[in-house]
Amino acid sequence: MKIEVRRLSKRFGSVEAVSDVSFTVKEGELLGLLGPSGSGKTTVLRMIAGLECASSGDIFIDHVRVNDLSVQQRNIGFVFQHYALFKHMTVSENIAFGLSIKKWAKPQIHQRVADLLQLMGLPGLGSRYPHQLSGGQRQRVAIARALAPRPSVLLLDEPFGAVDAQVRQELREWLIRLHDELAVTSLFVTHDQEEAMEVSNRLIVFSKGRLEQIGSPAEVYEDPATEFVARFIGSMNIVEAEVKQGIAHVAGLEFPAPEFPDGHRIRIGFRPYYIKLSEDPNHFRQPARLRHVYFLGVAYRLEIETDSGLILRSRMNKEEFRQRRFQVGQPVSYAITHFRILPQDQAPHGSVPHILDSPLTP
Amino acid sequence: MRGLFISVVWVYFAALLIGPIAYLCVQAFGGGLTVFLNEVVRPEAVHGFWLTAEITLIVLLLNVIFGTVTAMVLARQRFWGQTFLSGLIDLPFSVSPVITGFMLILLVGPGTILGTWFGTMEMKILYALPAMILVTLFVTFPFVVRELTPILLAIGTESEEAARTLGANEWQIFLRVTLPAIRWGMIYGATLTIARAIGEFGAVLVVSGNILQLTQTATLHIYQSYVDFNYVGAYAVAAVLLAVSFLILMILELVKTRSSAVTEQSISIPMVQP
Repeated sequence: MKIEVRRLSKRFGSVEAVSDVSFTVKEGELLGLLGPSGSGKTTVLRMIAGLECASSGDIFIDHVRVNDLSVQQRNIGFVFQHYALFKHMTVSENIAFGLSIKKWAKPQIHQRVADLLQLMGLPGLGSRYPHQLSGGQRQRVAIARALAPRPSVLLLDEPFGAVDAQVRQELREWLIRLHDELAVTSLFVTHDQEEAMEVSNRLIVFSKGRLEQIGSPAEVYEDPATEFVARFIGSMNIVEAEVKQGIAHVAGLEFPAPEFPDGHRIRIGFRPYYIKLSEDPNHFRQPARLRHVYFLGVAYRLEIETDSGLILRSRMNKEEFRQRRFQVGQPVSYAITHFRILPQDQAPHGSVPHILDSPLTP
Repeated sequence: MRGLFISVVWVYFAALLIGPIAYLCVQAFGGGLTVFLNEVVRPEAVHGFWLTAEITLIVLLLNVIFGTVTAMVLARQRFWGQTFLSGLIDLPFSVSPVITGFMLILLVGPGTILGTWFGTMEMKILYALPAMILVTLFVTFPFVVRELTPILLAIGTESEEAARTLGANEWQIFLRVTLPAIRWGMIYGATLTIARAIGEFGAVLVVSGNILQLTQTATLHIYQSYVDFNYVGAYAVAAVLLAVSFLILMILELVKTRSSAVTEQSISIPMVQP
């Protein structure tokens, strides 16, 4: 393994920004650190880089404990959210900076810069200044600058956070291609679950300084380890229900829960596309009223309200929606085809950002 | 209405600036160029110019070095008493230079503990160059710090951190990343320091003793000539200082345009699409 983090913690005064985090990054992997802002993911990245020192725990890069090594000695490449390019230097001078610090010979620097400009899709821009470039180009220069001295790992802090949506999409695809080509072990931080799912080989979900789950995008999506992950990755309806004789009851719905004793309160989650809807009020067993229809591009989100006042989100693809005749306010019926009993979190989470339907869900 | 306002501005400028300057020039050159030059090359005047230049250069050097260090510490470090120190920076602006001079006399004058100690060390502070440098340093202290602190706060630490991740040591980071980013502010602060050091009168008068050919700066020489009814001498030296100040102001304007052009560039709309 390339990077190993063991029981890492960071305290700022009385605030514990990162608590007891352990994980490993495999050689050549592209790993995403995902979490809402303030969840400690950037602090973890900065501690690996040496820009922040750990309060406790160990960090290994290439099997060497680096806690006591300075930033300069760790041989990492770091990409900042706001590029952090040197404004008074040209693109070439920016890329060459690390090489001239490491006292490479002039011809080698020249060759390396030319190669990187080519690789980054920036040929001919070497003599431009950062302010003459677009956001996407600047971030590519920042990545080229970080890669130039051949770091053993590449760390990216919200690399596409500062560019607009369309460019972000292009940069993501470009980063995946670049990573396929170079296979440099990379760790990137993002608060965008879609970005994390799309770019990462594996991802780590953070919340409040804790590691919630680590796994492939599919594992994290299909099998969330905590309620937080369930809420944060994709969209999920979550209801709380009390178990009676092995069945959880809520708002006329019944969910089998044989492993729980009577009186136990459990939380049940189901993805929007696991709710089947019919415009015929008698087609399914459960009655409801259609409250709102949202157009999402590839699909529609239909918000229904049950008789007991529960609001649920359903999802329907465009073709199906157009064959049906739904009208806002009309009575409908629904059925839930799949659900899962959510793992109980040790500590209750506060408000979690409301996540819209993920386009990843078909 | 528009014409009225423009006239008011002209009259205001004429009464306050153009009139006095014109009168000064007339008086300085009224007796002819020879009389002017005679006054300017008098040993007392030449000594005054040299002393002013000496003080200005030393103060400039100290102020740029310590001003930069102070700004770096205030902008980049978090420490106990920071707000207090930040609040103190502007103090020299609000204290009259004459009072500044008196404060130094009270501190190192004859009979004080420090004054006696310097006396036994045979170091002459008061009525000598060290005191004159100290008070000039005091009155010019805010210029560099006030210029650099906001610039340092605005540029942030990300590019310095980027340089660190690329292997640069602290000295390399300062020379190759921080200094180029703050150089225009530094030049601006330095120019203000020079202008103020050349023109300082009150504080220097109090601590120098105004000893002819010893502690008499150019401004003190003007004052002395005036008191001695040598009006042409006063006006001639004043005209030289005025010319120097004007030159410095021009440089300042140049720097201002240059540095604002740089800031505008850095926030300009991207010219190239991806």
